[in-house]
Amino acid sequence: MLTLFSFLFQFGDAFAFLVIASMGLAIIFGMMGVINLAHGEFIMCGAYTTVSLAQLGLPLPLAILGGSLVAGLIGMVLERTIIRHLYHRPLDSIVATWGLSMIATQGVLIALGSTMQGVGTPLGSFTVGGFSYSTYRVVLMGIAVLLLVGLYLVFYHTRAGVIARATIQLPRMARATGVDTGKVYTLTFGLGAALAGLAGGLYAPTMTLVPTMGATFMVESFVTVVIGGGDIFLGAAPAAAILAVIRSGMTAWQGQLFGQIGLLITVIIVIRLLPGGLSGWILGGRK
Amino acid sequence: MPSGRQFVKAMRLGGAIGVLTASVALAQDAIKIGVLEDQSGDFAAATMVKVNAITLAAEEINAAGGIGGRPVELVVYDTQSDNTRYQEFMRRVLQSDQVDVVFAGFSSASREAYRPIVNQFDGLAFYNNQYEGGVCDANMIVTGAVPEQQFSTLIPWMMEKYGKNVYTLAADYNFGQISAEWVRQIVEENGGTMVGEEFIPLGVSQFGQSIQNIQAAKPGFVVTLLVGAAQASYYEQAAAANVNLPMASSVNVGQGYEHKRFTPPSLKDMYVTTNFIEEVDTPAAKAFVEKFRARFPDEPYINQEAANSYIAMNLYKLMVERAGTTDHAALRAEIAKGDVCFDGPSGKVCLDPKSQHMSHTIFLAKVEADHSISFPTVWENIEPYWLGEAGCDLTKNDPSAQYTPSSPPPQQ
Repeated sequence: MLTLFSFLFQFGDAFAFLVIASMGLAIIFGMMGVINLAHGEFIMCGAYTTVSLAQLGLPLPLAILGGSLVAGLIGMVLERTIIRHLYHRPLDSIVATWGLSMIATQGVLIALGSTMQGVGTPLGSFTVGGFSYSTYRVVLMGIAVLLLVGLYLVFYHTRAGVIARATIQLPRMARATGVDTGKVYTLTFGLGAALAGLAGGLYAPTMTLVPTMGATFMVESFVTVVIGGGDIFLGAAPAAAILAVIRSGMTAWQGQLFGQIGLLITVIIVIRLLPGGLSGWILGGRK
Repeated sequence: MPSGRQFVKAMRLGGAIGVLTASVALAQDAIKIGVLEDQSGDFAAATMVKVNAITLAAEEINAAGGIGGRPVELVVYDTQSDNTRYQEFMRRVLQSDQVDVVFAGFSSASREAYRPIVNQFDGLAFYNNQYEGGVCDANMIVTGAVPEQQFSTLIPWMMEKYGKNVYTLAADYNFGQISAEWVRQIVEENGGTMVGEEFIPLGVSQFGQSIQNIQAAKPGFVVTLLVGAAQASYYEQAAAANVNLPMASSVNVGQGYEHKRFTPPSLKDMYVTTNFIEEVDTPAAKAFVEKFRARFPDEPYINQEAANSYIAMNLYKLMVERAGTTDHAALRAEIAKGDVCFDGPSGKVCLDPKSQHMSHTIFLAKVEADHSISFPTVWENIEPYWLGEAGCDLTKNDPSAQYTPSSPPPQQ
């Protein structure tokens, strides 16, 4: 019964989820080294903002961008006030971001209540070989690919991207050449938060809106970034592809539980054999 | 929010002192009721209302002179949808707060987490939640509906209307597994076929593959026993993929009011057996909803667990007043008489002496395309008969165990 298309669809669906969910974390944790346990709450912030804007009558794509923007702005404010004091203090950043995550979850619960009405998935469905699929899911796959290409262009083919990478790799040298590294850190962290917000906005129409919704993205995001290692393009992207094959394959074979088990076993094996993640391994020869 | 909670506690203490000084002539102290419910975390959407229902009942009871002249005092803790918190707070209410009775628990995992502690300290706990059935424990009183009330009614009705091929999608923990076992057995008894069964770990929110498995199996309807906010994403995703199959459930709508949270028509043709939801069109239900909203105007939805919690408070009042004491053995002696009944929001209900579970009038709620609710049928006064018939008799002995169709009580 399983057609090639249905397998590709499930793979693409899992790939899109892993890429979209983990891009923000790949920048904040993978590149900048801040173990951000509030990643899920940036996603929740994006989702809540998106749905609120959509319910005010804004078209969904604009609402999603708005969600991303708000999460990014909050990210920049938090970087200025809290995160910036915790660079190179990974354990402290765990505690601080965990605290932020709890404040955000409970704050939203108190302020906005236990649930929020959703907006519904747009674009309808299509049928291939007796199975019907949601069109929006295909759009998400496209967006995942565009996101990777876009980030690659930003980081490797723009001046701002080069400065950002230089600042994070060798902050002193960057400062010596006249870069305002503080600003670069703020903007990079903001970009990571905005990407998390974008993930929330993109998945908001397909999910339950509750204050704890960010938690459902956390395992997948961290697994992808840990397997990927420090580099987004040589790490997180191939990691997402590999994990998507394992997850969709295992889920199709034995159900959701085995999909999750497969994901976690893969992490254990990869960090045992390749402590630097995929990108550490790929780049290992060059160093 | 420790400071907030301490503040509330201080207020409550102040209130209690006020009550004490005022009623010094009576020389009686308050009846303390522990309330352990999830006010945050994955289950909060369905369970915050239970605390309000208990508060409403307590205020009504106090306004009418308390239980046998003694005021009721609530000791409320937020269990945070976390089984460990249940164990921690159950110890606290029983040992240091010394409550007379506890109202506790949403998920079956949490109930099984705290039940050994209730047994250890010989406490008395009301579990005011529909569940997978089978708990035969003298320290527990269950006011929620059980499978013989929810599935023995629902599944044959659905098979008659939508055919004999059934697919179950259930949460992967004791509730989902045991409920799925009930569904399997009832489907087989009625000559149907399980064309698929899938268990979803709690917290999973992406259902692409499950949706495809369901489409491949081509069932007449899908039994959805999904629990928690994350798993509720299934309905939106199935609707977006145009699965378009009728659904049957014992937990949806009546607990998590998914028909209010999701955009129509994602829950179209969902059938749920429940003993109460706010749309129930009886005078008693309407009166309950009206006074509930008057007290808590911002309540998103008044679900079946709210009604069950409210009923439980009133049953407890009745039992204590009849027994003239809060002593557990005396209260159970009252239940053993078989006539502890209450005419409340969901009609007349009675406690069954053998199992200490409650009879229910079961409404079949159907979600229409615009997410309004209709009631195609009602089953009056369904007894919680399975445990008693299987051999559980709490008036004779107390095994403190949970049984299922495949592991029934040992035959004597």
